[in-house]
Amino acid sequence: MSTAIVAQHVRRITTAQRYPRAVVGSLGVLAVVLSFYSLSVGATDVSMHDVLNAVTGNTSDQAAQIVVDFQLPRVLLAWLVGTALAVSGGVMQGVIRNPLAAPDVVGVTKGAGFAGMLLLLAIPGVPVLAVVPAAFVGGLLAAGLVYLLAYRRGATPVRIALVGVAVSAAFEAGIRFLLVRNPLDVSAALIWLTGSLFGRSMSSVYEILPWVVVLVPLVLIWARKLDVLGLGDDLAAGLGEPVERTRRLLLLFAVALASSAVAVSGTIGFIGLIAPHMARRIFGGRHLASLPSAALFGVLLMLFADMIGRGLAPPLEIPAGLVTAVIGGPYFLYLLVKTGK
Amino acid sequence: MRLQAQGVQLAYDQHVIARDLTLTIPDSKVSVLIGPNGSGKSTALRALARLLPPSKGSVILDGKSIHDTSTKEVARQLAILPQVLVTPESISVEDLVWFGRHPHRTSLKVPSPADKEAVEWAMTVTSTVELRHQHVDQLSGGQRQRVWIALCLAQGTDLILLDEPTTYLDVAYQLEVLDLLHQLNQEQGKTVAMVLHDFNMAAEYADHVFVMKSGTLVTEGSPEDVFTADIIRTVFGVESKVVPHPVSGKPMCIPLRAGLRTQTPTALANC
Repeated sequence: MSTAIVAQHVRRITTAQRYPRAVVGSLGVLAVVLSFYSLSVGATDVSMHDVLNAVTGNTSDQAAQIVVDFQLPRVLLAWLVGTALAVSGGVMQGVIRNPLAAPDVVGVTKGAGFAGMLLLLAIPGVPVLAVVPAAFVGGLLAAGLVYLLAYRRGATPVRIALVGVAVSAAFEAGIRFLLVRNPLDVSAALIWLTGSLFGRSMSSVYEILPWVVVLVPLVLIWARKLDVLGLGDDLAAGLGEPVERTRRLLLLFAVALASSAVAVSGTIGFIGLIAPHMARRIFGGRHLASLPSAALFGVLLMLFADMIGRGLAPPLEIPAGLVTAVIGGPYFLYLLVKTGK
Repeated sequence: MRLQAQGVQLAYDQHVIARDLTLTIPDSKVSVLIGPNGSGKSTALRALARLLPPSKGSVILDGKSIHDTSTKEVARQLAILPQVLVTPESISVEDLVWFGRHPHRTSLKVPSPADKEAVEWAMTVTSTVELRHQHVDQLSGGQRQRVWIALCLAQGTDLILLDEPTTYLDVAYQLEVLDLLHQLNQEQGKTVAMVLHDFNMAAEYADHVFVMKSGTLVTEGSPEDVFTADIIRTVFGVESKVVPHPVSGKPMCIPLRAGLRTQTPTALANC
């Protein structure tokens, strides 16, 4: 092949890759716009004017009440849950080096959901702030179980994914068993089964907020370590990274983030898989650029799913987790087919 | 001598690869570890690079046991290029070379002028500057290997270990890579230690050769010392004729097919 022909096919770094800030910025603007729009969608539609007034605290009429009491917590939760799930998935995909890794795939979501639900049923009237730590323990247990079962002189990506699916199924069965034994009201059952932001208040926001505020910056500070792990264990160690320790700590952060999301919104699937994958398609393995955009993709997906759920057939509520499953299922299959090649 | 293995036993799980292996990498020289498949040459290199802790004995770097030194500290003294390399998705040449600065940077600090200088220098000596904005996965085999070597050079270490850097490369690319390593040794005084498969390449480029078989060091020395028909027969089980290279004068091993051998195949199998 002549050099001229080769030169024509040389793919240079795309504009988006060169200007990560512009991409993250545009996604952020989009998410903010969608958030304001989302505040006005619901069982009662509120005008954009009233929304803006309500958010700035300029009015005290009924429309503002609806916005602040019902819509605002949902929108804030969409941001927090979307960010937590997406960053968790992004870290897992980076650490396990598997495009199919995500909190739901490696069993964390179901483990956290099971533990959170068990706590609520076992100790009625337990303070909500205890739910996140309980979910974290459950998520950790599931992840630990997966790691233990998949570990053979290091844990290979494929084994982790396979064992994760099995462990997830076991915890899912546990959740269903608990639901059958202890019939909850419909909204609670929906939340644990499919995941939803329905009927959530500001207390849920305060539940998840500290986890996201602490762990997301921590992960971003460690973004370059994640990049280095992507070079393979030997080269990463050769570059001075204590591979096993860094990997475990990062996975711990990822499990904590996903668990906090599950504790407030139930087991919303696919966000942790799709959002980081979309970001990875733009930025490749550079986590300092891909994680923030993954987070914003997660926020957009959550806002979108929640809005569709609320706006499609009001006053009927379609759980956000069902909407993400409808979008995420085919995307997951597409990924499977593509990765399987 | 800065880097040596002292009576190390190397094992994966319970499977012992090498017992009581002692070797010293000569400073500012090009050394080659050679031997048949399963001789433990790659394992030995991994141990020298702190990637595999020996179950007995120790690897000494600058007078200190390498496993008592932090991996970051070791990475500032010694660079290793593993055999299997994972290219991150859609990464540019320059970004990949920047990874070489990892052991010198802390999480929050912005890159220092010294970091930038090291990266530019590494790309310059490996002639990869003009490729800097290209995707690594679009390069030729030889170009890509030069980029990986640039990454190691950006680490700024005097010691560079490479595990089969020419495997899977066409002969032109093999020469491209080995010429580069030779040049780095000559012009920058780098200590290069690598595992190679091809004994003629080893003879051509090595100052010092370690010949391994079944986890033991059979012999070591200059190519002229170690590449003899006897040693080739003992180690590789191949009958050969060793002649001086018509241009360089280095020893060249020419394996002999059945009809040209002086010994019978059964005699070979017994050695």
